[in-house]
Amino acid sequence: MKNPYDYFDRVLEHRMRLQIMGILTANESYDFNALKELLQATDGNLATHIKALEREKYITVQKGFVDRKPNTRYKVSDRGRTAFKKHLIAMEEIIKSQKK
Amino acid sequence: MNKKTDYQQDLASIRQLMEHSVKFISLSGLSGIMAGSYALAGAGIAYFMIYDGNTVPSIAPYQQHPDLVLRLGAMAALVLLLSLATGWYLSLRKAKKLGSSVWNTTSKKLLLNLTIPLAVGGIFILIVISNGYYDIISSSFLLFYGLALLNASANLYNEMRYLGYTEIILGLIAALFPGFGLFFWAVGFGVLHIIYGAMMYRKYDRV
Repeated sequence: MKNPYDYFDRVLEHRMRLQIMGILTANESYDFNALKELLQATDGNLATHIKALEREKYITVQKGFVDRKPNTRYKVSDRGRTAFKKHLIAMEEIIKSQKK
Repeated sequence: MNKKTDYQQDLASIRQLMEHSVKFISLSGLSGIMAGSYALAGAGIAYFMIYDGNTVPSIAPYQQHPDLVLRLGAMAALVLLLSLATGWYLSLRKAKKLGSSVWNTTSKKLLLNLTIPLAVGGIFILIVISNGYYDIISSSFLLFYGLALLNASANLYNEMRYLGYTEIILGLIAALFPGFGLFFWAVGFGVLHIIYGAMMYRKYDRV
């Protein structure tokens, strides 16, 4: 790769966004509360980052009910999966190039 | 320079999170050690219930005393209940320590993936017992348990997958030696649980 920054994704620069993408890539889907618990994040903070990923169409949202309580589930989109992979490659390349 | 370590930290934290989001991390190795101990104790008591002195292991005692099979079943159920209760308690304790909950997406998936093969195995074993095929009871227990672990291995630590393989191999060997069921049962549910439990305890529990 000539320039690792070609693959670098500004949207995924925040650690929490990257973490959300990682969790959604490893699982078929994940709900808001489970994400909140795993990331130990506040409602507001998590919601902001999820909105940003949603805006980029990196994740899809499914609103539903579990035991009559609202339950929001998230899935990673194909677009998001590609972006996440590319961004990881970019990060690894940057680490490698700085080691030299 | 600062950036490099940042990215390395990011990558490491993501890798860990991805694993934690899939695997049921609250499972304690101690549960395995305790379950193994209960199983060994149960098998020891069962030995004296079946063999009085120096009898050669065979399926004859079961055929002659149908009520013995019932009492052994009760013993196995007791071992299972104790193991589940201990496992539940220790998982709660570990989850508290890790700051996570026991009842989450992962544990629900895990439970479902374990329950289906175990329920099929349970029904199958009841049929086997009612037909009097005593020589393959122990082997059926081990085989279905091993398959259940494999089925749920995506949500478990890798050690549990190897435990699953070992149980399956042991189950197949047990099928070759009718009459020695109790000994294979003791190895599969006692010794193996203690070994794998200790391995998991060393690796994941000493936080």
